[in-house]
Amino acid sequence: MGDTGDHDTDRGSVYDGLLGSGDSQWAFGTDFEDPLAGMDTSIPDGADAASLAQYCLMLGDDALIYSHRLSQWSSRAPDLEDDIALANIALDLLGQARLLLTRAAAADPALVPVLPAGSPVPPEDALAFFRDEAGFRNVRLVEPDNGDFAVTIVRLLVFATHRLALLQRLAASTDAILAAIAAKGVREVTYHRDYAARWFLTLAQGTQESRRRLLAALTVVWPFYRELFRPHPIELRVAADGVGVDPATVADEVDVLLGQVFGVSGVDRPDLPAVGPVSGGTGRDGRHTEAMGPLLAEMQVVARAHPNGRW
Amino acid sequence: MTVASPDAARARAVAATVTDPELPMLTLADLGVLRDVSLAGGTVIVTITPTYLGCPAMATMRDDLVHRLRDSGYDDVQVRVSLSPAWSSDDITAHGRQALAEHGISAPGRATRAAGPVDLTLIPARRAIACPRCGARAVELTSEFGPTACKAMYRCAACLEPFEHVKEI
Repeated sequence: MGDTGDHDTDRGSVYDGLLGSGDSQWAFGTDFEDPLAGMDTSIPDGADAASLAQYCLMLGDDALIYSHRLSQWSSRAPDLEDDIALANIALDLLGQARLLLTRAAAADPALVPVLPAGSPVPPEDALAFFRDEAGFRNVRLVEPDNGDFAVTIVRLLVFATHRLALLQRLAASTDAILAAIAAKGVREVTYHRDYAARWFLTLAQGTQESRRRLLAALTVVWPFYRELFRPHPIELRVAADGVGVDPATVADEVDVLLGQVFGVSGVDRPDLPAVGPVSGGTGRDGRHTEAMGPLLAEMQVVARAHPNGRW
Repeated sequence: MTVASPDAARARAVAATVTDPELPMLTLADLGVLRDVSLAGGTVIVTITPTYLGCPAMATMRDDLVHRLRDSGYDDVQVRVSLSPAWSSDDITAHGRQALAEHGISAPGRATRAAGPVDLTLIPARRAIACPRCGARAVELTSEFGPTACKAMYRCAACLEPFEHVKEI
């Protein structure tokens, strides 16, 4: 093909792109871009870089692990619209995770697992695919199997309500990058929460069977609720520094919002004991449920088999 | 090929012709994601912003910008990302909205932005939109999520055709 440089004709045939000489014809896989390219990643005054990085891992891991879990619905949801909805929600969360892990790596490069020389894996992927279970800082809510559609909806409602309240406050972070990610995430998670709340109401007021399943789902999800508001020392540290949010401060707002959904749905608030700590720790300490290992194995196996792979 | 002398206005004009990979009837400028084009020494610095954080089209946008600018003689191109202020569907230009409509995609209304906690909306907000094919106002929402992150799905009750609506965000 002659190098005419005339891109208007590029749109003439879907095969034209295959004939180009440069790598940049390809949509994916030529090169990894830095999702924070050109942004100022310096640490704000008064903040501790290591704590900021750990905090970004916590919020990034919540999104990453839940995104992976939700993506398992692809091609299996009750209907096409919900298949697409759950995949979209998973994609939004993956985007948030990517930027948060990139921010974590930029704030504290020592966190990033060391890969073989010459590996093209960018830092955020090294964090996602090459950390072991104990290195993940997500809350345990996001780990268990999706269960049936009712379990998925109840968990999504709890997750999105919590995350929306958190991100709204985080938009005022003194870390400009974290603030920007949060402000953007608020708009996305608003759609996620509305989606889950509408389905919650529909299932509660639908058929006897849908209501039975919804009530059963609440007993599955609720034991993981309290952990969302239990502050880890890192979260207290970043909250004091002005870069993060103490999760205990969103508990009331989340409770009120869930109360609205329960009220309109005619569902009583569950009264169930919370899952306890494991060896004195919870998800934020790297102590996870038995579902976490198989999840990570599936998520990480291809990347780990090919640490020097180019995609 | 002759290499033109670097000129910010011309570089901007070239960058402004690059189209969105998922909404090819829109240029990146029409979509509102092309934030800035400037020259520093011999380097063209292009700043773009994602529509959604998980938008998989960002790498393609960057590659398309580099490619198009190189073909116009700018060998040294840097594409930077800006996250703040967050992209809003309000950033789509009037020309962009017209292009969407001409291609059968319903353009977004104004995004609402309230202070304080975001209200829960248990009933989907009714959008005052019309079928982009037949113009009928009787349309029904089939899903708030569509084939790309930025679209909802509708069906026209008159002509029965499904169509996409760019979501308010």
